[in-house]
Amino acid sequence: MHEWALAEAVISTASQLAEKEGLKEITEVKIRVGELQQLELDIFEFALSQLKTDKFKNTKFNIETVRAKLKCRVCGHQWLFRKDELKEDVREAIHFVPEIAHTYIKCPKCGSPDFEVVQGRGVWLESIKGAK
Amino acid sequence: MVDPRIALINERLKEINNIIAVSSGKGGVGKSLVASTLALTLAEKGYEVGLFDLDFTSPSTHLILGVKGLTPKEDKGIVPPKVYGLKYMSIVYYSGEYASPLRGADISNALIELLTVTRWEKLDFLIMDMPPGISDATLDLIRLVKGIKFLIVTTPSKLAFETVRKLMNLLEELRIPIIGIVENMKIKDSQFIRQKTENREIPYLGEIPFDSYLEDAIGDVNRLLGTTFAKKIGEIVEKIVDFSVKNER
Repeated sequence: MHEWALAEAVISTASQLAEKEGLKEITEVKIRVGELQQLELDIFEFALSQLKTDKFKNTKFNIETVRAKLKCRVCGHQWLFRKDELKEDVREAIHFVPEIAHTYIKCPKCGSPDFEVVQGRGVWLESIKGAK
Repeated sequence: MVDPRIALINERLKEINNIIAVSSGKGGVGKSLVASTLALTLAEKGYEVGLFDLDFTSPSTHLILGVKGLTPKEDKGIVPPKVYGLKYMSIVYYSGEYASPLRGADISNALIELLTVTRWEKLDFLIMDMPPGISDATLDLIRLVKGIKFLIVTTPSKLAFETVRKLMNLLEELRIPIIGIVENMKIKDSQFIRQKTENREIPYLGEIPFDSYLEDAIGDVNRLLGTTFAKKIGEIVEKIVDFSVKNER
């Protein structure tokens, strides 16, 4: 149910952006969800539908999932995050705080925990569209 | 692209009357012990108190409190478990006994994530145990948390005070309220820290003598609250409450 908090953040930010741009109605919200955070998309979408205010009455939430790409800062090796390779408690820890990946994941080539999440960390609001 | 979490942080913190960052320019001055004991003392006085360990790479308040085997409840966010009357949040719930080697950007991201999803609800005081120095966590809190106040911890050392002086300069430049300075681990009579602090018109809250029994009380809250260290914090706490009441968020 951590998804609710992030959905709340999306609704709150989209509302603020709409206010800033003078939009009376929001027709589309584009969201990027990084795989590292392993959100349950069903719950996330349900939370969005429950949290939306009048401005979102006819909003289409377009959610794009982004593969989590990691790059070792020591040897430069790049690899994709695969949750199936991790134990359940580790997956859950990374779900709550994606930076915990540095605690449990090492570069498969050189073993360093010093890597960069090149893409696919968490939730980003890409854009909103609406009517004035 | 917008990070949606930022907009929610102050909404999450809106029911908290006072947010106090316990900070210092240097490590090893006793920030975590001051933060933990201050939080426990406030809770003993009947206030609703939260303690948030923000030293993500070297957390230690869980050791001071003797917290083991707890996991926060997940309910539309994260609900911090109650420990000795405190709502307690730490990254160790997720990192366990393993090292968390985080660079600055990762520290910022983890901090923003936990500020966004942690449901503190209503609190009189949220005490934040800061990592040493004036880097990511300090800058992020100043940037993101409205109405934050700082409590500064130093030792009698000129080296510690020099780093604290820079921290105070930064906070004053940014007009962030400083509750005052606590001089910890005092081993001989000296007016150095008091004078330097009072010259700047920053409250000198008090001194805490070096307590050789304190180490034995780590992990045992009842014993900790019986130490000279905790008694001294008890003497200082009213000054912190007075300042806080006059400067609520």
